[in-house]
Amino acid sequence: MPSIPLDAILFLVLAAIAVGSAINLVVQTHPINSALSLVGVMISLAVLYLLLGGEFIAAVQVIVYAGAIMVLFVFVIMLLNAGAERPRTRLSFSVAAGVPVLLAFLSAAAYFILKKVPPAEGVTFGGFTGGSPRAVGEALFTRYLLPFEVTSILILIAIIGAIVLAMKEID
Amino acid sequence: MPDFSLPAAVPISWYLILSAVLFTLGIAGFLLRRSIITVFMSIELMLNAVNLTFVTFSYKLKAVDGHIFTFFVMVVAAAEAAVGLAIILTVFRNRSTLEIDEVNSLKL
Amino acid sequence: MHQLWLIPAFPLLGFLINGIFGKKFSKRAVSLFAVGSVLLSFLWVVKTLMAISPLETLYTEHYFTWIASGAALNIGFDLSVDRLTSVMLLVVTGIGSLIHIYATGYMAHEPGPNHGGYYRFFSYLNLFMFFMLILVLAANYLLLFVGWEGVGLCSYLLIGFYFVKKSATNAGIKAFVVNRIGDFGFSLAIFLIFIQFGSLDFQKVFAQAGGLADEVQAGVITATCLLLMVGAAGKSAQVPLYVWLPDAMEGPTPVSALIHAATMVTAGVYMVARSAPLFNHAPIAMEVVAVIGLLTAVMAATIGMTQNDIKKVYAYSTVSQLGYMFLACGVGAYSAGIYHVMTHAFFKALLFLGAGSVIHALQGEQDLRNMGGLRSKIPVTFLTLLCASLAIAGFPYTSGFMSKDEILVAAHHHSPAMFWIGVITASMTAFYVWRALFLCFFGRYRGSAHPHESPLVITLPLGVLALLSILGGFFRVPVWLEPVLGKAPEGHDPALVIISVAAGLIGIFLAWLFYVAKPGLPDTFARALKGLYTLVYNKYFVDEAYDAVIIRPVVDGSRTVLWKGFDVGVVDGIVNGVGSVSRGVGGILRTLQGGSIRNYAALTLLGAVLVLAAVAFTGGAQ
Repeated sequence: MPSIPLDAILFLVLAAIAVGSAINLVVQTHPINSALSLVGVMISLAVLYLLLGGEFIAAVQVIVYAGAIMVLFVFVIMLLNAGAERPRTRLSFSVAAGVPVLLAFLSAAAYFILKKVPPAEGVTFGGFTGGSPRAVGEALFTRYLLPFEVTSILILIAIIGAIVLAMKEID
Repeated sequence: MPDFSLPAAVPISWYLILSAVLFTLGIAGFLLRRSIITVFMSIELMLNAVNLTFVTFSYKLKAVDGHIFTFFVMVVAAAEAAVGLAIILTVFRNRSTLEIDEVNSLKL
Repeated sequence: MHQLWLIPAFPLLGFLINGIFGKKFSKRAVSLFAVGSVLLSFLWVVKTLMAISPLETLYTEHYFTWIASGAALNIGFDLSVDRLTSVMLLVVTGIGSLIHIYATGYMAHEPGPNHGGYYRFFSYLNLFMFFMLILVLAANYLLLFVGWEGVGLCSYLLIGFYFVKKSATNAGIKAFVVNRIGDFGFSLAIFLIFIQFGSLDFQKVFAQAGGLADEVQAGVITATCLLLMVGAAGKSAQVPLYVWLPDAMEGPTPVSALIHAATMVTAGVYMVARSAPLFNHAPIAMEVVAVIGLLTAVMAATIGMTQNDIKKVYAYSTVSQLGYMFLACGVGAYSAGIYHVMTHAFFKALLFLGAGSVIHALQGEQDLRNMGGLRSKIPVTFLTLLCASLAIAGFPYTSGFMSKDEILVAAHHHSPAMFWIGVITASMTAFYVWRALFLCFFGRYRGSAHPHESPLVITLPLGVLALLSILGGFFRVPVWLEPVLGKAPEGHDPALVIISVAAGLIGIFLAWLFYVAKPGLPDTFARALKGLYTLVYNKYFVDEAYDAVIIRPVVDGSRTVLWKGFDVGVVDGIVNGVGSVSRGVGGILRTLQGGSIRNYAALTLLGAVLVLAAVAFTGGAQ
């Protein structure tokens, strides 16, 4: 009796959740629904990262992305009291031209992936353990030290920029 | 009769296809939605799709670099979210709208 | 090296300092720089001339190659001096210095901001000195042409100095345009010289001039000389291009004295004398020069007799005297011409400066009919003007007598008819100059202003010039110039001298008779010869004739054909066509730049897909 293909089943379930949530994100007209759908995508992706051996990234995905960034989104939605989009009155160029081009893009991407990536290789849980916090930390503080430090400046600039932009003008 | 049984190991291409699909959905959100916030979230979705590709290739190459890139993308995404949302706030304050089509004069 | 370049460099420096910073200077500082630079230049001229003497051949200094093109065309920035140049240099810088000093007094009370453009006036005047010295010092025709055009520019700027006056700007434009005609001839002459001799340097050209075949002399050299004469006629106000000089009196009086009497207008005579080795091989051209000179002398003298504006009288006198100088050149007595250039610079500058002093005393009055009886009120001016009038009338042993005598003797040598016409002209000259003097200083005062004598800065240059007018003839220029321009024709006949002196005295007597003894006589004459008088009073209607024959057709043709037809139809059509095509294309492209971010994104995506498709079709990155 063959063993149960647990990896494939897990992948399919998570991929279904991710794609379903993403479709929901695009379809919903109210931003808060889209935001919650995005949280769904991110959490399912976090589990996928775990399957791929990215323990640290999976944790950061949940904490930073699904946590901090999405909270910021929800906060802004709330702050601006953003409502549902008004129904569109006319077909815009981006929709008319976008949808067919989008399908072409997807088929081109699929064509390249199926042509270039050999189907024989597979992913099994535990097949790669180089994504542990220890391994990532070692890489960050040795080979990637300079970019890592530069990101701190980037974040500082972003903080200042956000404050300047959002600050009420003092008359 | 074709074989519908599932493979024991998930092919790399599946992950990549999933990434491509998510990315395409992100673009679709960008093109179809008119709320600036939703458009912004679509961008985040695209970044996530790319992250998945990074992590997948990291597995294939058995190297940690893909994770590091993902980490940096997250940092940039965080900074971008902070600044981007501040810009949205300013636009809303000046225009009283979140419709992206109405913000089209390239000046205040 | 004797650093000849310093001579024009001083005024150039003065021009730059006053032109750039003058607005911020006080009047005293502006005067200091302006007068100082010209005085320095004068001193440097004296120093260099003493150092280089005896100057019998052309002494040249080469500074740098200005234009080099191909094997043939090689024009250097070369300055040179010889005896001919030395006379011009001394006249230009010496009289220039006196007139600069005079101008500080004359222009002192200009109304308006910046003292009526005081600094502007002096920077132009310095610039003029610079170009005039370049003209005189140039060692080749092209550099001479640079100075030639430069003094033309300064003349234009200074005639139109009072640019709020329409008549002044019009006069400036007229001078400029008429000079263009002459300059056109001059530039053609330069081209011909270059084609014939392969060089523009004076020394090389003149060295070759003698060794040419007869037919070349008859053809090319004559043509060249005639074209040179066209240029000289423009600059030195000869028939038929003299019309600009009387109008040029719109400029301030020091300008009239310096540019339109003493220096610039004699540039044509200088140029002809400088080109003497060419003219000597073109007898036909010389005959033309002499005839034009004589014609100009007579015509201007007759007009001068009827004018009422004191400056206009002297302006026509200048034209007439310039005619004398060309007569001298035409009959081969170049040295006599240059002699007269010098003496004329003395007494004509004095006449203008004296007239300026009178105008200054009468607060701007220029009409002789509103003067009279000023003898006791402005005695210094009267005395100096008396000296000048004596000189120009050819009173024995004054400067004008000496030089005019040389010219008339040479003319008699060439053709007695020319001598007699010259004598009659001399008589007319004496008549109109003394007429002006009598109308101005004798009789009863007919104006309303309160005359006052001018300050020392004005009377001092007058005094110096008066001395020079009386005694300047004892600088024996013809003897000095003999090594350069050859010996003037001999034959001092005392009878000729007596005739010319008598002619002058008759002119003076007639003026006295008409305007002092019997003041009613001029009107009687004018009525009796009404037609002739009207003709002369209106300057032979030359301006009107030019207007009808040349200006009107050009203006009308420009208006209908060039403006309405070509400019509006073709040029504007092309321009507007380009505009509307651009707008059409832009209107199509504009839709891409609608400002809608989503449209941009869609197009970016389209681009990405196209790139992917291209990669796929070319086989991908294997």
